Amino acid sequence: MADTAVATREGAADTGRPGFLKRTLLHNLPAKIAAIPMMAAVLVVFVGCTIWTVYYSFTNSRLLPTGKFVGFDQYERLFSTSRWNVSVTNLITYGVMSLVFTLGIGFLLAVLMDQKIRLESAFRTIMLYPFALSFIVTGLVWQWIMNPTLGLQGTMRNLGWTNFTFDWIANPRMVLFALLIAGLWQGVGFCMVLMLAGLRGVDEEIWKAARVDGIPTWRTYISIVLPMMRGVLVTAVVLIGSGIVRLYDLVVALTNGGPGISSEVPAKYVYNYMFSGGNIGQGLAAATMMLVTVLIIMIPWAYLEFGGKGRRA
Amino acid sequence: MSQTATMTGTAPATATTEPSGPRPKPFFTPKRIIIYTTLVFFSLYFLFPLYVMVVTSFKTMPEIRFGNIFALPSQVTFDAWIKAWTSACTGLTCEGLAPGFWNSVKITIPSTIISIFIAAVNGYALVNWRFKGSEVFFAILIFGSFVPYQVFLYPLVIITRELGIFGTLQAVIVVHTIFGMPLLTLIFRNYFASLPVELFKAARVDGAGFWRIFFEIMLPMSLPIFVVALILQVTGIWNDFLFGVVFAGTQNYPMTVQLNNIVNSAQGTPEYNVNMAATVLTGLVPLIIYFVSGKLFVRGVAAGAVKG
Repeated sequence: MADTAVATREGAADTGRPGFLKRTLLHNLPAKIAAIPMMAAVLVVFVGCTIWTVYYSFTNSRLLPTGKFVGFDQYERLFSTSRWNVSVTNLITYGVMSLVFTLGIGFLLAVLMDQKIRLESAFRTIMLYPFALSFIVTGLVWQWIMNPTLGLQGTMRNLGWTNFTFDWIANPRMVLFALLIAGLWQGVGFCMVLMLAGLRGVDEEIWKAARVDGIPTWRTYISIVLPMMRGVLVTAVVLIGSGIVRLYDLVVALTNGGPGISSEVPAKYVYNYMFSGGNIGQGLAAATMMLVTVLIIMIPWAYLEFGGKGRRA
Repeated sequence: MSQTATMTGTAPATATTEPSGPRPKPFFTPKRIIIYTTLVFFSLYFLFPLYVMVVTSFKTMPEIRFGNIFALPSQVTFDAWIKAWTSACTGLTCEGLAPGFWNSVKITIPSTIISIFIAAVNGYALVNWRFKGSEVFFAILIFGSFVPYQVFLYPLVIITRELGIFGTLQAVIVVHTIFGMPLLTLIFRNYFASLPVELFKAARVDGAGFWRIFFEIMLPMSLPIFVVALILQVTGIWNDFLFGVVFAGTQNYPMTVQLNNIVNSAQGTPEYNVNMAATVLTGLVPLIIYFVSGKLFVRGVAAGAVKG
């Protein structure tokens, strides 16, 4: 890649002795023009909008973002609102469970798929198809399955198991598990595909060496192969983690935050305050908190991945 | 935890069935049985919702009220499908999912084409025509893809309103193009970087410029990656809910938003067969793409995970 840069620079030099303007602005001009959409998106949206959101989260904007500066008032109000605190607790609880089970089941399934089984592609097709569906479809199907009277619970009771209980969707203490079942259904297949790719990337020699040493298969997976898959694991954690922070559609479709506020999540809080609550400052403060959460996850990762080696993404 | 439990369960079993010396390989070893049982168990978990969805959509409401979601319909009826497509109510209107379907088509086709074209040019410029700061832009782009959309939502509403496109299809298309850019640019950048650089150099020596090399050398060689990007974008944009509900405006709601309104905000007694028919209809486009594309879909979802 470095020599392409050299090649193009030589190309520019052909046209004569370049002046300062020519070297800086006009060098690679067609490329710069072609990259205008990218530069605009980066500067206006990814940088500009972020700064705008953080700035206006310190104002008392209500229906229009014209409010005056009020310091941390919006944040104080945010953390004294029970709905926000419930949302954050829910996200942490759901997030930890989702991360652990997605990785755990994903890895288990990948290991099973790696045992030279028959019908591998059929199993993969079955496990990955929910990932192609939207969260809305996922949420609505599970809402129907978990319908207390006519869904799985009603069916099992009609079939004779009169004590069968599966009312998680209507039970404030269990509703996060209902979300988890639907979320896992959608996302585990993807994690399995990533892990399987990681497993297949492990050198066959490692397996031979482990077999010669008489290490049992499960021990080889846990103690040798898993640590070697660090890259895939980190990628999976980052992808699953950033998906969890954004969790919105699934909640809207499956429970709409209910029963009561027991399955509210931060992304939904932001949306409601911005677009139906008429309190923009509050919504922006909540959005900023989501940004801070992602930064807390991302900065150590970015440092580990790129900082140590001194190169960028 | 669970995998260690199953694994330790199998280890002694295999040890006892394996005496020394060359061994015959029977198909039904205990290990095999455990592997296949677990895989079949999980497959049932993954298939069950699809089965319930399809079966329910072919039933009549009296049969559903009987309360057996496992049962096959005693008499297959397409009434629920017809109602879901043409006359199901969303809270506001009773025109079914059809308008939502066409809105989704009108959103997905231009968004896909524009976002892929821009991303391909970005990737090409980032690999073959690096300029001062191009890598910085790319790094911010990738970093930005992890920031929750809620952070950009309100400023984007203001920007699109100022441009006079808020509440139109154009606004949704622009937003999809922006947020599709990080992943797609990454994919194209990695792909172009994997092509032999001599091709580019040779074309430069022959005097071809930026666009000529792009259209005549790069594009013809990158058909596979275009297909991968196409699959990613069509399913991703079709499945979007948030941007549709914020930027499209009531008239232009995409199918996912209409579906959610039909199921979750309709008044009166819920018609579960219509709801499930509507759900299947909304999931049909990505499902068809998934089953037709097969391995390419897997490649697409994995492409986003492999950082270059």
